[in-house]
Amino acid sequence: MSNRTPYYFLALLGSACFSLATLVQPRAMNWSQHGRDSVLKVLLGDGRRIFANHFFTKADIYFHSGYYPSVFDHRDEPKESHMKGHGHGEQEEDQEKEADFFGRPRDWVEAFGRHFMITKHTHLEHGQEREILPWLKLSAELDPQLIDSYTVGAYWLANQLGKTKEAEDFLREGLRENPRSYELLFSLGRIYYDNEHDTARARNVWQAALRRWDEQEARNEKPDKLVLEEITVHLGRLEEKTGDYRSAIEYLERAKSLSPSPQTLQRQIDQLKAKVS
Amino acid sequence: MNATAVTGQGTNDWRISAAGRKASSVLLKGNSLNIVLALAGVVIKELYRRKDFYVLFVLTALMTLLLGSVRFFNDDKIVRYLKEICLLLIWVSGLVIAIATTARQIPAERENRTIFPLLAKPVTRAHVIVGKFLGCWFACGLALVMFYVFFGVVTGSREHAWPVMHWVQTMMMQWLMLGIVTAFVLFGSIVFAAPSSNATISFILVIGILLLGGHLRSLALQRPEPAKTIMEMVYFAIPHLEWFDIREFLQYNQPLVPWIYCGEAAVYALGYITFLLFAAWVVFRRKPLNL
Repeated sequence: MSNRTPYYFLALLGSACFSLATLVQPRAMNWSQHGRDSVLKVLLGDGRRIFANHFFTKADIYFHSGYYPSVFDHRDEPKESHMKGHGHGEQEEDQEKEADFFGRPRDWVEAFGRHFMITKHTHLEHGQEREILPWLKLSAELDPQLIDSYTVGAYWLANQLGKTKEAEDFLREGLRENPRSYELLFSLGRIYYDNEHDTARARNVWQAALRRWDEQEARNEKPDKLVLEEITVHLGRLEEKTGDYRSAIEYLERAKSLSPSPQTLQRQIDQLKAKVS
Repeated sequence: MNATAVTGQGTNDWRISAAGRKASSVLLKGNSLNIVLALAGVVIKELYRRKDFYVLFVLTALMTLLLGSVRFFNDDKIVRYLKEICLLLIWVSGLVIAIATTARQIPAERENRTIFPLLAKPVTRAHVIVGKFLGCWFACGLALVMFYVFFGVVTGSREHAWPVMHWVQTMMMQWLMLGIVTAFVLFGSIVFAAPSSNATISFILVIGILLLGGHLRSLALQRPEPAKTIMEMVYFAIPHLEWFDIREFLQYNQPLVPWIYCGEAAVYALGYITFLLFAAWVVFRRKPLNL
């Protein structure tokens, strides 16, 4: 064997690797849905959905600046995180701030340990809300069917950070993954209506959301009434603003049947009826 | 390492030999503090001679810079995720450095038989224990300073804020925690048969305490007797390492932990360090040195 023989073998093996790669690569593209899958999906498979929930919770922990119960702390499960931005009242927020899931320390170890834990309930504000966004983005990447990741992210992007375009892009990304989602359509409509003041597009999107809701939820035993109420109330207000009082009354009538405080909506309906007459 | 360097025997590395000769001359003078510091100095020199620290530092820096280059929603002010990940990497690296450096100190001396010439000088076994401990602990401190300078530069340049006292406090608390870990691993290196088993057991215990230490009593209360009493005894006996983890204060821009509590935690840490070193000495003083 001459001195050069190993190099010839090395070149031969290199060529074989390259040839195999050209043969296998197109097939591998088929296995991974033509390369459409993200790296995370390839690496973690369906197990990534578990991590998605974890990262969504992480965003909530960031929103509360680290003041958050661990799995060992006794607490009542929150009905809905106000990270979702569904307009909590001040009183409710004050009650939440007073709530102490730690309870009284059981011994000196626990009492002293509290000095090294965040024990003050605060929320991110003044643009600091941006800190929750990486986790929401990651959560959406890991589980594209977790609708809340898109709606919560878009809410803070559009309403607190003034990033309307990014919010719209994020929701559209969600719609590509979940084309039948009425929640995403409703959130998109809010951006058109509240931030871009584009009434026509907001109406179209909300009406599409209403159709999707009727298709999916109307026959459900426990339909998602909260979102339906929001869609119909927003459509009612939009029609009132554009002067189509009859449509506004129709939407508000539907919302009234779902609302926990129908009297307020009834007063608005009466006012609209007076205008029509 | 080691006493090879201290005695200046059996090494071809002229720098270590020089350090060894210097340390050796200090040892012959016989002052306890000088002896301990000379032994510690050699351990510190070992840290920068070995590759562990550099590998961990480069890995931490690479991962942090890579994650820092990711931009979410065209917003370059998002920084807390980066702080969290960088601090996590620093904690993992700190633990690896502390455990890996400490676990091999005394076993290596015994395996290379350099412990004999070392103890032939006016050096007692207590000197060896304290010197090794201080060397490993100071080496961890030096590594932490490097890590936190990097952390400060990366996050400060992105956040445009320089909360130096927060960095110092977080680093000091981590260093105190590593002191307890180092003392425990040194004790383990005398009790357990091999450095690998010592390192594995130490990692499991430290991570277990960090994750569950503070909640052990809550878990104990849900158990029947005698498990409840045993768990409660463990809860009060273990060093509560989780107290020293104040990364969240830095991460979420919370006010400093009052220094008085940090001082009390330092006394608590020094208490455990003393206990563990004393226990190590008690076992080591009657231990045969030949394998």
